[in-house]
Amino acid sequence: MPTPALSAVAAVADRLLPADGVITDHARLRTYECDGLAHYRVTPALVVIPEDAEQLAAVVRACAEQGVPFVARGSGTGLSGGALPHAEGVLIVTSKMRTIHAVRRDDQRAVVDPGVINLDVTKAATPEGYYYAPDPSSQQICSIGGNVAENSGGAHCLKYGFTTNHVLGADFVTADGDTVALGGAAPDSPGYDLLGAVVGSEGTLGIVTSVTVRLVRLPEEVRTLLVGFESTDHAGAATSAIIAAGIVPAAVEMMDALAIEAAEAAVQCNYPEDAGAVLVIELDGAAIEVEQEFAEVERLCHDNGAFELRVATDPTERALIWRGRKSAFAAVGRISPDYIVQDGVIPRTALPEVLKAISDLSGTSGVRVANVFHAGDGNLHPLVLFDDSVEGAGDAAEKVSGAILDLCIEHGGSITGEHGVGMDKSKYMPRMYTDEDLDTMQLVRCAFDPQSISNPGKVFPTPRLCGEVPGRRKGAHPLQEAGLAEVF
Amino acid sequence: MAATTLDRTAREAVASACADVRDSEPADHVGGVVPGLVARPADTDQVAEVLRAAAAHGLTVVPRGRGTKLSWGLPPTSADVLLDVSALDRVVGHAAGDLIVVTQAGTRLADLQQVVGGGGQRLALDETVSGASIGGTLATNASGARRVATGTARDLLIGITVVRADGVVAKAGGRVVKNVAGYDLGKLLIGSFGTLAVITEAVFRLHPVPVASRWVSVPASDPAQAQQVVQAVLHGQAVPSAIEVEWPADGQGAVHVLLEGREDGVEGRAATVRSLLGEAATESSDDPAGGATYPWDDGDTCLKLTFVLSALADVLETARETGLHLRGSAGAGVAYAAVPEGSSVEAAQDVVRRIRETCTRAGGSAVVLDAPASVKATVDPWGPVPALDLMRRVKDQFDADHRLSPGRFVGEI
Ligand SMILES: Cc1cc2nc3c(=O)[nH]c(=O)nc-3n(C[C@H](O)[C@H](O)[C@H](O)COP(=O)(O)OP(=O)(O)OC[C@H]3O[C@@H](n4cnc5c(N)ncnc54)[C@H](O)[C@@H]3O)c2cc1C
Repeated sequence: MPTPALSAVAAVADRLLPADGVITDHARLRTYECDGLAHYRVTPALVVIPEDAEQLAAVVRACAEQGVPFVARGSGTGLSGGALPHAEGVLIVTSKMRTIHAVRRDDQRAVVDPGVINLDVTKAATPEGYYYAPDPSSQQICSIGGNVAENSGGAHCLKYGFTTNHVLGADFVTADGDTVALGGAAPDSPGYDLLGAVVGSEGTLGIVTSVTVRLVRLPEEVRTLLVGFESTDHAGAATSAIIAAGIVPAAVEMMDALAIEAAEAAVQCNYPEDAGAVLVIELDGAAIEVEQEFAEVERLCHDNGAFELRVATDPTERALIWRGRKSAFAAVGRISPDYIVQDGVIPRTALPEVLKAISDLSGTSGVRVANVFHAGDGNLHPLVLFDDSVEGAGDAAEKVSGAILDLCIEHGGSITGEHGVGMDKSKYMPRMYTDEDLDTMQLVRCAFDPQSISNPGKVFPTPRLCGEVPGRRKGAHPLQEAGLAEVF
Repeated sequence: MAATTLDRTAREAVASACADVRDSEPADHVGGVVPGLVARPADTDQVAEVLRAAAAHGLTVVPRGRGTKLSWGLPPTSADVLLDVSALDRVVGHAAGDLIVVTQAGTRLADLQQVVGGGGQRLALDETVSGASIGGTLATNASGARRVATGTARDLLIGITVVRADGVVAKAGGRVVKNVAGYDLGKLLIGSFGTLAVITEAVFRLHPVPVASRWVSVPASDPAQAQQVVQAVLHGQAVPSAIEVEWPADGQGAVHVLLEGREDGVEGRAATVRSLLGEAATESSDDPAGGATYPWDDGDTCLKLTFVLSALADVLETARETGLHLRGSAGAGVAYAAVPEGSSVEAAQDVVRRIRETCTRAGGSAVVLDAPASVKATVDPWGPVPALDLMRRVKDQFDADHRLSPGRFVGEI
């Protein structure tokens, strides 16, 4: 039974949105019960699919008036349960807001709706000689709004940065339902950089309804290299040598033997035989510069024990090299019925040590771990394999997966490099940050969303009561003590 | 100049929070407001103690790095304590293999460059005012010519330690380049002019120092021509590190393009740029006159202008019409301009109004960073600020009593 508050929101949606933009039927609601992290499932009380920013803002305003929680959803590819619905709340889906409003070559900007698919921005800019640089592997399906919320990265963020470095402005609906402009087409807007706080806030501050992004000139030359090594240690040493030589490749990706085996089984990528690790290295930029750097990279790979080097010079060959890497997550499905995609970060120089520790973890627990990662910036994606039909296997995998995060923290790294905290990792936040750190972050939350209705329960393990005097709180949260707040 | 006096118990509280406390001198003034006391804490803990003492006694606090841009922004409405962070001057760690540096906030940018330079690396922030500290550079979001290639503080800062107005020490981010755990508080602090929290430590990603660099310059006297040259370079394949425009109040201007990288690469790319810029183009390995510095002298009204790239010609046109000396990053859409000292208040107001109109039309803004007191008192330094209400709410959450640098920032936050 919907609550009166929810019925009031539904009534507003019914009045303003076309019939197919309001979903109340249980079977259809269930199609939205999870995002890319499918083992968390919650059926939302209501799904709305607004056609434009006004409709979206009106729904949020109704939620604010009624104190109803809402969760934004783009394409639902998030891997941390960020778009997991709220059982008593509204899921606001941006899939009907997919217009690219402008591609301005002379300003190097594009203005797009939040539901626009990442790759479509690049497709729209390519005829002008430009592209949108952040390229998550999910770029064919994920939305720009989701990218903004997660501060998504991609294989090329080693050189080009993350979403936050490429978003200059946004129209933003606050948790009160007000629409404000953050940033703009020009850089360095006066005032606090609120946009900087919104990017990466995982939908907990409000909803982005329009995004102004930077377009980057397509490079004159791109060179891609596939290199086979005996071991991950050798591949890691080659990576360090390249960086130490002052070269900033567009991408340096590593896969270990198990990940290669999976990719081979799935897409027959034909990577070097018997490799203990491969690197996919890409250089781009001015042709003359790329040429020289490329020669040096080849030399450094040889110096560090590379036994096979393959160079792609045209887009087809390049796609072939990338195929194995890009299919890696899904490919492990070929060698294991179930798996956890972990996302942690370490300082790159700690790579050999941490990989050794992961391999020890795997050895003692008997849980297999395949490693695929952005080696250039130390962003690990260990794939923890298990068979859910075996009693206790899921728990054992979960344990190994958690221990890997501990390793990342011990080495001064992070519990997430690009997939976000969401529902999944809020419990790990206190391992990385003190209570004071988390409390301070939540001051921002209190400024934006004092009622805590925008994607509540995500990112932070313990909600902060916004009215209280800063710094006075000791022990358990008063709402918690009173049994009023859910602690996720 | 307005002087501030503190009562004895308050003074004693601050003095017991931090060993180095002294009476203020006229030279300690912030925009004409002489503080009651100057506290120079030795570390983050002492900064926290000073802020706790200030909170307990209802004192206002203005943080100061090296004082090179302290006159920027509006004068504070009150400054009981000047919190001088210059004793926090250590580079805490340089992880060369990870291209990362951890530094205290009072460290001079130049000193930090020296430390990391030894490893062939640099923090890709230009020193726009000589002697500037890291904390002050962050708080004012200062940037220079090289922002075209490597961005600004927001693109380089990966971790931050701050002390809140209530004395609570908090960190955000970390020591790795890639990290999306929690809110990015660093971004909020950048450009906050000391009004949100006191920055005590910062972690940055570094870049390798390029082996070679070369400037290619071409004279420009007509705004449309300057824009055409800049656009040609932007859409070309030379991958410039900087595209600067120099636009004096009268006479010949110039566009300067910086290429950095490997020896042969730079040579080849410089040739490409020369062919784009035409026969009048020249090459040099020296920085152009003025370099990364601002185009103003003491007593000028100092403006920061932002605009979309295609509006460069409009901005240059208005600059010429209003007698502004302009210099800045034509490749990023950010420029600095000076109304000369001695202009009347009315004249300065008129210039600000006209250039602001142009920049606003160009999707940007015109901010008066610094000016003589008479001008500051009569112009709106920030211009229209969207989302100001939300900014006030952020300020109220971080600093409910408006203890930190009151009145200095947008909306007199
Ligand atoms: C196969 C695969 C590969 C992937 N590869 C990468 C990768 O390489 N790099 C990477 O970073 N990520 C990767 N991801 C994760 C995911 O694709 C990204 O996090 C992506 O940005 C999510 O976009 P989405 O549209 O699917 O967002 P959703 O999953 O729908 O939502 C994600 C979060 O954003 C919020 N949100 C959505 N829209 C808005 C809005 N308009 N305003 C405010 N908040 C909003 C949601 O509330 C939620 O918290 C991958 C995922 C898959 C399935």
